[in-house]
Amino acid sequence: MKILTGNDLGSGDVVWWDGKGWSRDVNDAVDVGDHADAILAAEEAARRVNASYAIAATRTEAGVRPAHIKDRIRALGPTVRLDLSLRPGDPEAAKQVI
Amino acid sequence: MYQYDQYDQAMVDARVEEFRGQVARRMAGEITEDQFKPLRLKNGLYLQLHAYMLRVAIPYGTLNGRQMRLLGDIADKYDRGYGHFTTRQNIQYNWIKLEDAPQILADLATVEMHAIQTSGNCIRNISSDHFAGAAADELVDPRPYAELLRQWSSFHPEFDYLPRKFKIAVIASDTDRAAMRLHDIGIQIVTNDAGEIGARFFVGGGMGRTPMIAPVIREFVPALQMVSYAEACLRVYNRYGRRDNKYKARIKILVHEIGADEYRRQVEEEFAHILTLGLEPPQAEFERIAAFFADPGLESGLADGYDRSDPDFAVWADQNTAPHKQAGYKAVVISLKPAGGIPGDATADQIRLMADLAEAYSLDELRVTHTQNIVLPHVKQSDLYALWQKLDEAGLATANLDLIGDIIACPGLDYCSLANARSIPLAQKISARFASPERQRTLGELKLKISGCINACGHHHAGHIGILGVDKKGTENYQLLLGGSEASDTSLGTITGPGFSEDGIVDAIETATEVYISQRAEGERFIDTYRRIGMAPFKEAIYG
Repeated sequence: MKILTGNDLGSGDVVWWDGKGWSRDVNDAVDVGDHADAILAAEEAARRVNASYAIAATRTEAGVRPAHIKDRIRALGPTVRLDLSLRPGDPEAAKQVI
Repeated sequence: MYQYDQYDQAMVDARVEEFRGQVARRMAGEITEDQFKPLRLKNGLYLQLHAYMLRVAIPYGTLNGRQMRLLGDIADKYDRGYGHFTTRQNIQYNWIKLEDAPQILADLATVEMHAIQTSGNCIRNISSDHFAGAAADELVDPRPYAELLRQWSSFHPEFDYLPRKFKIAVIASDTDRAAMRLHDIGIQIVTNDAGEIGARFFVGGGMGRTPMIAPVIREFVPALQMVSYAEACLRVYNRYGRRDNKYKARIKILVHEIGADEYRRQVEEEFAHILTLGLEPPQAEFERIAAFFADPGLESGLADGYDRSDPDFAVWADQNTAPHKQAGYKAVVISLKPAGGIPGDATADQIRLMADLAEAYSLDELRVTHTQNIVLPHVKQSDLYALWQKLDEAGLATANLDLIGDIIACPGLDYCSLANARSIPLAQKISARFASPERQRTLGELKLKISGCINACGHHHAGHIGILGVDKKGTENYQLLLGGSEASDTSLGTITGPGFSEDGIVDAIETATEVYISQRAEGERFIDTYRRIGMAPFKEAIYG
């Protein structure tokens, strides 16, 4: 699947396109098919997202998994500060990202 | 310490208000990201993996307690309770909101700090010896010269759009504690045969994808002509630097391609022209600047020596203090490298505590080191034990300066959008593997440096042991280098062979240390043994 990501303009938070807006949770990401460029152009113009781009990902039983490690780390947060990540209560989160 | 005059303060305050307006226009959609990006970068605001990152300049790594305390307060108020001290003697905050950035800069301006020229193709923060003004072996305090260069390079219109970023380091002793020859320009303050003070210029050093050690371009420039000579060096670079190829745009490539002799010839020609214009700073101006760095209040007549009856304290004092130019004092290095910790990170509380301790014990001065530690430069030896106790209570008394646990590591793929692999987890694993203080001291001086990509922010080329993280078909892989140094014996490391997994590289490092232990001669450091016996024994042991 192809999903969209970027950073929120104001907060800088990592966000994922959920079909209607931008979610902080990668598991909300939807497959945009061939519409990536059009969505990104509209969203950048509307100032809802910054530095956005399309990536490959797969949907597994555990959720949406970006293909590249960089985006998996973006989806989680720093693996060395899980207390600041989106899964602060999961000590295995870093291993699953890698 | 240098204090802003009305011009410095007015410039910084004006810049804050200018940026406040730029951010408001961006948030309102009046300018696009393409238009805004160079403006925010001019103010040190990057967009990294998880958020905006703000890099704050700490000129030549020197700051006072009030400034340090504010850095801690910013970490609490605008970030997530910590800051990261960098290999350029700066501090970075990893979780900044765009709408907060102007107010952070306004807060910084109240203590004479800013983030100007911490990004972009301009002259960056001038770095220096972290023991400047305290070192027993320095010729003079290099910071007045660094400050002169800071004033010259700040908002210099001719050098606002260089082919690439430009880094300058200034030292004033034969012991290089600033990686001086791995800078675009490295300046060593020296004397000539007549005993006059001047500057020796090294030009064209750097790390990154094409590491080079800067050659000497001029042995001696009279002190007050130093700025004009730097201007000539920059002017030749600005004219001929490769703007067509980002990867060949640093001055090291120009100096290498045309040769040091031809580069020198052109610089000398330009320098001769500049001298005819009479632009050198007046002696009175230099003396005005130098007066800010005069004796901070060191007491005379104190005796060397202190009570060493607490063995843990004695170990720390032996490892983490350095000789001071004044009897009865030491320069203290606070390690930000606890076993299993994140190199260079400090919590807001730790930052504020270090500010308090600087005021109480170090004549209100601190330094940030390029090795991501903090220095209290002027501590009375009679205060060392009380200081150590307070540091120990706060987890800041790790006795590992220059040992294998004192690792330089860039933020890597945990934070940085340029990285290919994570650096910090490796540093944590290595420091945990070698956590035993006795084992570290047995290994002796061993400088280990980790970069998460070829840009080499973690100085991997210059580590006795260096690690470079690469992306191997979507998986993190780590190359091992041996034989680098960024001290006075500057050298570049050599890759041992095929790379390793995260666990494999830790094992390989342990094997390398075992080779050193088995082969070392009396008094040899790791780097000395490597230079004597070469790569082969290490390679054989590591790869079998």
